[in-house]
Amino acid sequence: MALVLAPELPLADWLLALDAQITRSPSFFEGRPVVVDLGALPQESQGVAEFLLMLEAKGIQIIGTEGAHPAWEGVERWGRPLAGGGKPGKPIEIPDEPAPAKAAAPAPEPVAPDAAPEVATLVIDSPVRSGQSIVFERGDVTILGSVASGAEVMAGGSVHIYGALRGRAIAGLAGNGKARIFCRKMHAELVAIDGVYQTADDMPASAIGKPAQAWLDGDNMRITTLD
Amino acid sequence: MAKVLVVTSGKGGVGKTTSTAALGAALAQSGQNVVVVDFDVGLRNLDLVMGAERRVVFDLINVVQGDAKLNQALIRDKRLETLSLLPASQTRDKDALTEAGVERVIGELREKFDWVICDSPAGIERGALLAMRHADLAVVVTNPEVSSVRDSDRIIGMLDSKTLKAEKGERMEKHLLLTRFDTARAARGEMLKTEDILEILSIPLLGIIPESEEVLKASNLGMPVTLNAPTSAPSRAYFDAARRLNGEDLEVVVPLERKGFMSRLFGRRVA
Repeated sequence: MALVLAPELPLADWLLALDAQITRSPSFFEGRPVVVDLGALPQESQGVAEFLLMLEAKGIQIIGTEGAHPAWEGVERWGRPLAGGGKPGKPIEIPDEPAPAKAAAPAPEPVAPDAAPEVATLVIDSPVRSGQSIVFERGDVTILGSVASGAEVMAGGSVHIYGALRGRAIAGLAGNGKARIFCRKMHAELVAIDGVYQTADDMPASAIGKPAQAWLDGDNMRITTLD
Repeated sequence: MAKVLVVTSGKGGVGKTTSTAALGAALAQSGQNVVVVDFDVGLRNLDLVMGAERRVVFDLINVVQGDAKLNQALIRDKRLETLSLLPASQTRDKDALTEAGVERVIGELREKFDWVICDSPAGIERGALLAMRHADLAVVVTNPEVSSVRDSDRIIGMLDSKTLKAEKGERMEKHLLLTRFDTARAARGEMLKTEDILEILSIPLLGIIPESEEVLKASNLGMPVTLNAPTSAPSRAYFDAARRLNGEDLEVVVPLERKGFMSRLFGRRVA
């Protein structure tokens, strides 16, 4: 997960606002990869490379740029502009570090005891074949069989696969970071939970071919064996 | 009760046409009336493999569009009188096949024959969909190789959703036919293992056809291999597959080229 910074014009004001934010939460950018979206800057802008250097001097770790104009000099130092194919993330609020008094935990919403949450589950009792796509946004999906290479299962809740997962499984579609993915044999091409994804190349070898689950530990995808 | 069987695979070049001809000739030799139907409109091949290319007058498209009667288009095999061919048109394309026309032709064939075997074109488009549309059961032809297995999986998904049987909520009977199985390479572990393929596709195994020169030789002569070289290894595998289609319960073995003592010694059990 990379953070996207999108500077706005006038740059001087934007930098001031950034400085103010950094003073309030000094460690926020520490160790966080950042992509700078330069799309808002006009094509004739000068000194874009210097501007990026300035950001780095503030301790921001730039891993790439987006929307950079080819005419700007020196910008390629930060890697070629990422094609705009990435999934746009949600804007995030940078937390102020010295917790202001008003953040004293808002009283938890009282849960009406009689309104038992409706548990929605879709059960598929056949294998999911290559090219098939199962989408169920309201809750969990349970597959009695395998999910083939080239097939995908998407659920608003968790995904349970009583067979091998060789295709894609996507849980927590509607922004549910607590959702998980379970399977009897992990050979997935891709797993994703709440927008955080991992492809086969990045999966821990220890889980491949084993009964495993994928879950979110903060913003990190974890894939661990079940036994 | 006539049975409509579709021979399909998704991927091209895996042996659908060869298997259609071989299974058709094997079933016909057991005395049942069999017709093989070429659905590969525009790229017809079945007539060549059946050795009937010089006898084609009318074809499937003519019958579908009502320009010819079914009897005018059917070609009876010269060697086996229980075997007939309904050729495809080479000059048209798959758009010439209409759903209503195909339904009528399959209905008429059902009345005349015990087995209607439809040779599907490769791909997942109109031609392949219409070939499987009216089937009662399917033979999925697969090579022991990853791309073929994935394409077969895709086709199995379509058999379970796009056929009339599936739409009526009935279960489509599906069988796996592993073709071009190279016993030497299998022994060296250079091909996908049979049990892995079965695990991925999870449909029952109808047979394993060994890679053999006999198949190519027979095709070039315009003969189904089960007619040209009935005792060869691939033919024995096709005959066993045909018996399984007729409901017999036989153990699946990989037949080897050598006969007698040696083949009994090395005839390995696979599933």
